[in-house]
Amino acid sequence: MPVRMDKPWEPLREVSLETVASHLGVYQLADDAGDIVYIGVADARTLFGLRGELQKAIAEPPSGASQFRVEINMAYRTRHAELLQAYLHDHGELPIGNTDIDKRMLGSLCPAG
Amino acid sequence: MDMAFTEEQRMIVDMVRRFVREEIIPLEDNLDPDADELPSEKLSELVEKTKEMGLHGLDTPPEFGGPEIDLVTRCLIAIECSQHRAGLYAPCYYAFGGARQTQLFEATDSQKEKYLYPMLRGEKKVFFGLSEPSGGSDPGRAIQTKAVRDGDEWVLNGTKLWISGADRADYGLVFARTGGPGRSGVTAFIVETGWEGFSVRRVVHTLRSAKYATEIQMEDLRVPHENILGDEGGGFAIANDRLSRQRIPYSAECLGVAIKAHEMATEYSKIRETFGAPLSHRQGIQWMLVDNEIDIRAAKLLVFDAAAKADRGEPFRTESAIAKLVSTENSFRVVDRSMQIHGALGVAKDLPLERWFREMRIRRVGEGPSEVQKHVIARDILKESLR
Repeated sequence: MPVRMDKPWEPLREVSLETVASHLGVYQLADDAGDIVYIGVADARTLFGLRGELQKAIAEPPSGASQFRVEINMAYRTRHAELLQAYLHDHGELPIGNTDIDKRMLGSLCPAG
Repeated sequence: MDMAFTEEQRMIVDMVRRFVREEIIPLEDNLDPDADELPSEKLSELVEKTKEMGLHGLDTPPEFGGPEIDLVTRCLIAIECSQHRAGLYAPCYYAFGGARQTQLFEATDSQKEKYLYPMLRGEKKVFFGLSEPSGGSDPGRAIQTKAVRDGDEWVLNGTKLWISGADRADYGLVFARTGGPGRSGVTAFIVETGWEGFSVRRVVHTLRSAKYATEIQMEDLRVPHENILGDEGGGFAIANDRLSRQRIPYSAECLGVAIKAHEMATEYSKIRETFGAPLSHRQGIQWMLVDNEIDIRAAKLLVFDAAAKADRGEPFRTESAIAKLVSTENSFRVVDRSMQIHGALGVAKDLPLERWFREMRIRRVGEGPSEVQKHVIARDILKESLR
């Protein structure tokens, strides 16, 4: 599994969610240009997993998000941390919408590529 | 063996049990079932409470500010501290003090000033870098990370795998080969994570929710000679001492989870009805509960036997291996049976059983797999080194 998620983006619209089930996992939101604006997690407290989280994002898109991609992952906590750390390494800061994360709590990762 | 605990030990157990039930378990209602951390303000609050109890820094020797407790008492505390959802790998969310790299107690005075005391004050985090892709059970032979002397420095090259917390650590202990093959060729170094040539390449995702593992890469990492811990070529002894001793409270933590799972299964069997009678009336269920009880009692005796021998200053390596082997294997079976008794509810994230099942599976591999423990025990029986 690559450290960085490299799936194609889907439009952030209700119709796109038809293929997204209520699994646990991680997701990324991007703007029109494909720049990541938020890295999220559907943990076991969510009512409808990834689908539920994306429905919330459609209702109130954080930081101009218009696209999404998901990864079903039972190790959702470690995967979420890894994606955030990789982004932090690549950009020197967290995605603009991730005001919910204290970057001092994240580790320092130096992924290849 | 006298299993009667002292009045003081009973008081400590009561105090810790109350702490877990009143302070820790209620917090978990609002956390993700796989959470392994608390918000820092909440953790600080809890740490103050464990300090008031005189039990903070459980794995710190008294001369460095830790509590005056023997290993038997440490095990009694470990059994209590693990009895909550995150308890196996994040007992009480580290309110009693996080993992300590005990090898640093053997450091020189200047190393202690620079590395040990900041760790003890909770200002710095430390990792333990022993295992490699080539193996972790036989580090004396498997270590391929090389350290080559260059003047007053050593140049390290290699990869470490399954290393907990390296991405959040300030420094760590790295074991590297400075000599020929075998144990005497391994040296321990204190390595700072900010130094050029050190990087954490990836998070290694496993069954475990808490304390994830990482992979470390060292490329021409220059380490001052003064950062050798212990003697050159003495790294294996440093690593081995830690592993034998820490296997005992490690085993006790497994027991705590098994005890809690068994308690839950017993209660559930009394209230859940099938075909007009409670599960507890079914012989198939009764026998599972009996097997749980026997597995727990057998493991408990062996864990305290190992701890008592260590406290008396007697050799305990074989006892530690037996305790680790039996407690992890038995506790895994107890959690498995307890899940079975709970039916579908047992595998749901609504209860902690599924997390314990995943994490207990790792315990049969971590800190030396069951087969390696058997190897250690066989060596003692046969009084020879098995190659």
